[in-house]
Amino acid sequence: MAFERSDPNQSKPSKLRWGELEEDDDLDFLLPPREVIGPDENGIKKVIEYKFNDEGNKVKITTTTRVRKLAKARFNKRALERRNWEKFGDAVREDVGSRLTMVSTEEIILERPRAPGSKPEEMKVAGDSLAQLTKGGAVLMVCRTCGKKGDHWTSKCPYKDLASPAETFVDKPTASETSVAASGSSKGAYVPPSMRAGAERTAGSDMRRRNDENSVRVTNLSEDTREPDLLELFRPFGAVTRVYVAMDQKTGASRGFGFVNFVNREDAQRAINKLNGYGYDNLILRVEWATPRSN
Amino acid sequence: MRPILMKGHERPLTFLKYNRDGDLLFSCAKDHTPTVWFADNGERLGTYRGHNGAVWTCDVSRDSMRLLTGSADQTVKLWNVQTGTQLYTFTFGSPARSVEFAIGDELAVITTDPFMELTSAIHVKRIAKDPTEQIEESMLVIKGPQGRINRAVWGPLNRTIISAGEDAVIRIWDSETGKLLRESDKESGHKKTITSLTKSADGSHFLTGSLDKSAKLWDTRTLTLIKTYGTERPVNAVAMSPLLDHVVLGGGQDASAVTTTDHRAGKFEAKFYDKILQEEIGGVKGHFGPINALAFNPDGKSFSSGGEDGYVRLHHFDPDYFNIKI
Repeated sequence: MAFERSDPNQSKPSKLRWGELEEDDDLDFLLPPREVIGPDENGIKKVIEYKFNDEGNKVKITTTTRVRKLAKARFNKRALERRNWEKFGDAVREDVGSRLTMVSTEEIILERPRAPGSKPEEMKVAGDSLAQLTKGGAVLMVCRTCGKKGDHWTSKCPYKDLASPAETFVDKPTASETSVAASGSSKGAYVPPSMRAGAERTAGSDMRRRNDENSVRVTNLSEDTREPDLLELFRPFGAVTRVYVAMDQKTGASRGFGFVNFVNREDAQRAINKLNGYGYDNLILRVEWATPRSN
Repeated sequence: MRPILMKGHERPLTFLKYNRDGDLLFSCAKDHTPTVWFADNGERLGTYRGHNGAVWTCDVSRDSMRLLTGSADQTVKLWNVQTGTQLYTFTFGSPARSVEFAIGDELAVITTDPFMELTSAIHVKRIAKDPTEQIEESMLVIKGPQGRINRAVWGPLNRTIISAGEDAVIRIWDSETGKLLRESDKESGHKKTITSLTKSADGSHFLTGSLDKSAKLWDTRTLTLIKTYGTERPVNAVAMSPLLDHVVLGGGQDASAVTTTDHRAGKFEAKFYDKILQEEIGGVKGHFGPINALAFNPDGKSFSSGGEDGYVRLHHFDPDYFNIKI
């Protein structure tokens, strides 16, 4: 890197010197070429330019700069010489635009291994407590506001006023409404709870609709399979709001398929991933989204 | 940090070497053409054309005037670093696997692979100041180790030669008589092929990396095992920082694991370990294939890695690298 500090000093138009040595006045508009004397062993570089000033006189401008390298001053003399070597071999025909050497577009960091003793253990503990709750046989309490499972029901949510976590229920328009409501309340006006940030939008019907969007279809069920069986099979993946097994009224046997509705979409996705192809009661289950859905 | 990516090689990298002043980086690959780059911005300076086989190794003289390269075409060539012209060619009966200039650049140690009836051998050649006076014959030939000798380096004051290879035993030989002075202990030593070896800046200790997924630090004089660093991957390349107490291991993947692993792009990493505490400091990801070569700039402020993907990645450390604490 070179750092230039410039020191322009203008010399007066010297009347008796080069300006008058020009014999041909018709060519007065021509100026001598720009000269660069530069940088000598002290790094001093001189640039001599000629131009016409406002009065139409020829003017000689000498700019003296010192070129100094700030970073990489540690390069020794021979390394600097090598910098000026000519390219050889395959590099001879190299143009500046060749893409051989590129700076990475990504920032790469020296990734520290997880701070000793903290994160993975914590994650495991949280997961365990949840698993314990479900396995305890207790009903899984699902709070719709904070999404925290197993702690409290929605009406008892301590975080009633906060925005619900973005996981399953975010639609874009909802998000923008939320932000508008939030800004409204910040002005000090009263905002009814139904319009506050994080409140459930038209709770009831929306809830049911969303549940049906997290619906999983299970096919190739054995004829003995009933709702409790499906519930038992799918509960480990998360909170289940509804199970249904299609029944043949005449024979009382299962028609071989059913639906399971999850509270959380990820639970549904995990259930699909794990149970599709799972052998259950001597049949291989087929588990997929209830309506054709990608991502 | 923003690594500089240099894609000058079409084939996997095999070796990387900085010159003594740290302004040039030499890279060897399986594509027959060693290349020299400027170590500050990764700009390519030139290539050395002439080999007919994969180039496994190289070393540069202290004045950065001469380059020695060893290749699978059974030759070791001496080049003029500046112009790229060949000065001399040593011919062997089998691929050359490792070369190193001695202190003073008047000798070089070269190892050759086992090939047909020939066993692997360590050759010591005198390098004449004037290439026209160069003689072909070796001053000393040492035979003995079974299998490939992947690396042979000079010990302190050129008195000894340290070799390591496929038989997982490190040997120290007298450089004048060729007598075996020491062998590494089988119990505590590596269990599989030793792929790489690098000396500390002062030559008092050296680091070996092996396919047994570990790297070990040894004392040069007594060949006692000082430290062991464990990883989950076979180690292909090792490097030691000349500035801080860090060692870097670069590895690959067992051949058996190749088809079953998820090849997320840029997953292969160079792992940094604290030299003394043996603990992992972190990893630098980015390579698309196993890392085959690692080298630290002698000033310790940058390092480069070469991978199976043909890329050389040149990393200049951020200031907070120098403040890392475990």
